[in-house]
Amino acid sequence: MSALQEIVDTQPIETTPKKYMALGNYASIVVVILLCVAPLIAKNFVIFQMTMVLIYAIAVLALNILTGGSGQFSLGQSAFYALGAYTSAILMEVGGVNYALTLPIAGGICFIAGYLFGLPALRLSGIYLALATFALATAMPQLLKLHYFEAWTGGVQGLVITKPDAPFGLPLSQDMWLYYFVLVVSMAIYVASVNLLKSRSGRAMMAIRDNEIAASAMGVDVALYKTLAFGVSAGITGVAGGLGAIAVQFVAPDSYTIQLAIALFLGMVVGGVGWLPGSIVGAAFIVFVPNIAEHFSKGLSGAVFGLILVLIIFLLPHGSRQIAYTVQGWVHKLRK
Amino acid sequence: MSFSSSKLAVLSAAALLFAASSHGALAQKKYDPGVTDTEIKIGNVEAYSGPASAYGVIGKTEEAYFRMINEQGGINGRKINFISYDDAYSPPKTVEQVRKLIESDEVFLVFNALGTPTQTAVQKYHNVKKVPQLFVATGASKWNDPKEFPWTMGFQPSYRVEARIFAKYILKEKPNAKVAVFYANDDFGKDYLAGLKDVFGGNSSKLIVAEESYETSEPSIDAHIVKLKDTGADVFVNISTPKFAAQAIKKMAELQWKPMHLMTDVSISIGAVMKPAGLDASEGVLSAGYLKDASDSQWDGDEGMKKFKAFLDKYMPGANIADTNLVYGYTAAQTMVQVLKMSGNDLTRANVMKQAASIKDFAADALLPGIKINTSATDFAPIEQLQMMRFTRGKWELFGEIISAETGG
Repeated sequence: MSALQEIVDTQPIETTPKKYMALGNYASIVVVILLCVAPLIAKNFVIFQMTMVLIYAIAVLALNILTGGSGQFSLGQSAFYALGAYTSAILMEVGGVNYALTLPIAGGICFIAGYLFGLPALRLSGIYLALATFALATAMPQLLKLHYFEAWTGGVQGLVITKPDAPFGLPLSQDMWLYYFVLVVSMAIYVASVNLLKSRSGRAMMAIRDNEIAASAMGVDVALYKTLAFGVSAGITGVAGGLGAIAVQFVAPDSYTIQLAIALFLGMVVGGVGWLPGSIVGAAFIVFVPNIAEHFSKGLSGAVFGLILVLIIFLLPHGSRQIAYTVQGWVHKLRK
Repeated sequence: MSFSSSKLAVLSAAALLFAASSHGALAQKKYDPGVTDTEIKIGNVEAYSGPASAYGVIGKTEEAYFRMINEQGGINGRKINFISYDDAYSPPKTVEQVRKLIESDEVFLVFNALGTPTQTAVQKYHNVKKVPQLFVATGASKWNDPKEFPWTMGFQPSYRVEARIFAKYILKEKPNAKVAVFYANDDFGKDYLAGLKDVFGGNSSKLIVAEESYETSEPSIDAHIVKLKDTGADVFVNISTPKFAAQAIKKMAELQWKPMHLMTDVSISIGAVMKPAGLDASEGVLSAGYLKDASDSQWDGDEGMKKFKAFLDKYMPGANIADTNLVYGYTAAQTMVQVLKMSGNDLTRANVMKQAASIKDFAADALLPGIKINTSATDFAPIEQLQMMRFTRGKWELFGEIISAETGG
């Protein structure tokens, strides 16, 4: 117990902003190599699972920018994820657009939607904002079912999407190609996000998070940066949604319920709020832990999942960031 | 260093072994992956958690049924290994779990997996992989499409079939009816509405005076019923899930509104709907069914029901017999066993599909007397018969003929 206490105490949440958002150089290289090599020895369905982990990691990262970066809560990420997924799906199946081109469009539409939603959300903060976004997440599946849009959305039946083949005749299976495609997209988004948070805008967002009044006194345009954070977060979530639609080959309102929003929120907490590399750990948690829980008991899978979650929150209140810091501490000691 | 190289060696050895074994199995006998001399691996995905978790009972019943078959010696000496995963009724999870079943567990086929959106998500995958997606547990009408999807087959009568039977009944009894439709705003409700309109045709707008939909997240639907009463309708078509069906019956009794009340067979459970709504209030409600209700005393002496209850006592003690999902799972599992028996020793996926498409007059234990399972190469809808029934003095009283409603007509 005392050892645990010590870890918690010696690892404060606040360190210098530049460092704590990203991994060190060596660690990054190791992670990237692992992610590149892993599919070569895995079965296709494991590759599919890893693709889903990467996609959820992008969505968790987007939430992390919003919550960890600008200090705003959102339980409505599933709505933006759905919007991105449907945008990609409709463009591909109805419009015949290439899958890769649909992603920036999905991201752009979600950016606008997020920015617009951010405007009224300015008046709300903390739990009230969480509730407003919650409403967004509950409304989304019903909006997708509306028969005015049915010609495009396929209504309750959803849309089936064709999975893309590897281009230029590369000898890769569809799953493996999609994995590397998603990997490249997610690394690009990760690097861009880390740079965003290191930039002037990122510092402004963090200033708002830490103290809104002080930030505005320093000349930060609070309204602009808060809505911008919403827009960027929604845009990245939209890209994740589009990728998710392509990987699953299907979109339907039931895929994007409030359950998804809560799962993404969980992923962020488990990964470590405000620590971007934790997103992939959080994503792995929401993909694999329900399977593990089910392994123990079918009837009580929910309860087992809850128990695992409580244990993690109790033992690792700062999520995977805490483990990373502990390991980092050991490495430093070894070097000395 | 030595550690990693030895690990690599083990891995490559395992890969070699795997390759060798899968090739051997194919070459030796007429078995497809998932079948050996002693075992048949059957996969399933079910909503054990999430919004549709009430249906989890179906998977548990099937598991118990296969356990019984195994204890009785299996099918031609082969035990059934039933692998069932939770997809929480979420399509992305379904894709993951079904791929796990087929690519990792290497099941022979996937049987009675639950849910329209969830199974739509994997329909194409099944058909590309040529792994049977057998007896899908949903009432949507789209599973009967052998041309486009030769590896997919439905099971129960589709909502559309039932709605057509209702519409025909309305036209016969009340040609100038003023119909109020109350439906769930999802695929279930909308398929139903489409079925009614199929039969009403051009007269739909004249006959249907009100369409009112509800969301399954609403706590109470009383306001909808009040509104529908005010339209002056004399026929009420109630397409709602059990909880809401009970609320509707209760509210209508309170309002003293007594139209001709047709209710979907999804909500005909006496224990779960009629009793909570009040037996007096439920008097005269009409529906159509294809399964026997285990909580209905009229089946006490029935041979098939006796077998079902003996099964419950031994393999699922303490189960709530009012739950129609039990009877459903039992019937589906029994049909699956029948198909496997018919397949004999030719346990290839193609042959199982062929056998599943040639079931002739199979009367499962819990089907209503006279209702039989029939399939053919062009008909992938196993149960297409229903019988009208009226709730009278605490029991469902069957009346009229068994009505066949081919999806085509």
